[in-house]
Amino acid sequence: MAAMEQTLEPTAPPRANPLERLLQIAWIGPAFAAVIIYIFFVIVGGSSGFFTVAGTAGWMNTAAELGIIAIPIGLLMISGEFDLSTGSVVGASAIIVALGSGFYGLPVAYTIALALTLGVGVGCFNAFLVNSTKLPSFIVTLATNFILAGTSLGLSRLISGSSNVSFKDGGWAEPILASKWNYFNVSVLWWIAAAALAAWVLRQTRFGNWILATGGNADAARRAGVPVSRVKLILFIWTAVSASFVGIMSATMYNQGNAAQGQGYVFQTAIAAVIGGVLLQGGFGSVTGIVFGCIIYGIVSLGLFYTGWPTDWLQTFIGALLVLAVLTNNLIRNAALSRGRKS
Amino acid sequence: MPAPLMQLEGVSRTFGNNLALNRVDLDVYPGEVHCLLGDNGAGKSTLIKIMSGVLTPTLGTVRFNGEPVTFRSPRDAQAYGIGTVHQDVGTIPLISVSRNFFLGNEPTTGWGPLRRLDHASANRIALEQIRGMGIRRVNDADQLVGTMSGGERQALAIARAIYFGAKLLILDEPTAALGVKESKIVIDLIAKARDDGIALVFITHNATHALQVGDRFTVLIQGRTAANFLRGEKTREEVLNLMAGGEEFEAAGHGD
Repeated sequence: MAAMEQTLEPTAPPRANPLERLLQIAWIGPAFAAVIIYIFFVIVGGSSGFFTVAGTAGWMNTAAELGIIAIPIGLLMISGEFDLSTGSVVGASAIIVALGSGFYGLPVAYTIALALTLGVGVGCFNAFLVNSTKLPSFIVTLATNFILAGTSLGLSRLISGSSNVSFKDGGWAEPILASKWNYFNVSVLWWIAAAALAAWVLRQTRFGNWILATGGNADAARRAGVPVSRVKLILFIWTAVSASFVGIMSATMYNQGNAAQGQGYVFQTAIAAVIGGVLLQGGFGSVTGIVFGCIIYGIVSLGLFYTGWPTDWLQTFIGALLVLAVLTNNLIRNAALSRGRKS
Repeated sequence: MPAPLMQLEGVSRTFGNNLALNRVDLDVYPGEVHCLLGDNGAGKSTLIKIMSGVLTPTLGTVRFNGEPVTFRSPRDAQAYGIGTVHQDVGTIPLISVSRNFFLGNEPTTGWGPLRRLDHASANRIALEQIRGMGIRRVNDADQLVGTMSGGERQALAIARAIYFGAKLLILDEPTAALGVKESKIVIDLIAKARDDGIALVFITHNATHALQVGDRFTVLIQGRTAANFLRGEKTREEVLNLMAGGEEFEAAGHGD
């Protein structure tokens, strides 16, 4: 009986040392990387204006437009799914608003609602296919992206004779979607709002716990009573509606819609999420991390311009960062899991 | 002797032409460990699937608290207070102890759009319950479950099932993937749950583990009850013999 007592007693409860504790914060890696990269570009590109209000607004605007989509993409990836259809949703939403209000002269409220409805529809379609067929979302949403891209291009050309339709008067939507303050676009505020909402949901709500569990082990989550399919449905809709929103915003801001625009978001959003510390396998990540991922993307794309180097190298730079991020994510994940393992 | 919490009477189950269970009787009492022994394919999994509401019997009656019941789903069985802890435990390694503990039953505080997870009480309760199981090495409810050992994860799953009202706990091969030390943690947990008045069904291949903690034993062979006995009625050799299908069996070195 004495032996039994002994195994129940602690040998020595492992206390995390400060470094281990720091490594457990999911966003510490991306935050650290963002600071390093920022300092690098301030030194190299500072003289040509990176470290000015205009330069700062430049990378922030880029990060914001990317971030509004990358944040829900990150949540979706934490739940274990991908969405590669956001690019087409951006283009389709922009062309809906431009065609509807610019070409046909319909009320802006009507076309914006229509574009957002498209977002909801695409989200439902993706989620339905993924949930009912159990096919990988990677391929399902890639197909959606192509179908929707082709359709909006075809319809736009059929209706207006061009893939590019101008949209001069955004009416009441102008101030909330297209206003500027000192080079800063209002999109920065929308990005902050999107991040705050997502962070609240992920950390503070039951739904957030279900997102983490769905990506961590869908079978175990289902057994514990988590409505796994519904979690994915909501996240697919959230992502597509956010992409819609960016399309609407871009049409209002640039006074035109282009059916072919937005394809850059397809991979950029996933890259920003991964650089932000979201595990590709799902189950782990933080909204703060994704925000830093977007900031890094913004700093690099704008910073390279200020260095005076040929911007042809942008993709090389981003690619290298991505590899580093994936490796670091795995390291951090293993570190987080190893505490107390050995004893 | 208290009344049995759950009774199976003449339960049979067929899959096509295959008779997986043939008129099996089983009584599970509160505060007792009922060990279900048998070789692979003896019908243990089918039996626990019937008890946990995954399958329905083709023939026979399932009684809970004396009343005949039909479980239409695992949720249905859970509502009666039947908890099942699977071999793979079903914990999620990359989320914290308390998030795992309350998964699907998260406590919230606040109202309307401000309704949020009650981290403070979730952490406090989860830690209390797990430490109450004798797992003292877990001292932080924010610790990721992936940092815990296999035995500690079993403890988490068992504590969770009991906290959410399990009166009958079905443990499906809880020691199968564990080392000697870790198995001991789980065996001690089973003994503790029994002392707390929980009815337990302990499925195992391991006669040593079964004899350490079992009060009542059922050995299944090819879907039939081969033996039904109480603690102390049979020696370890006899039990091993039965599990091997009644044939002569060299006990030494086997079964543990």
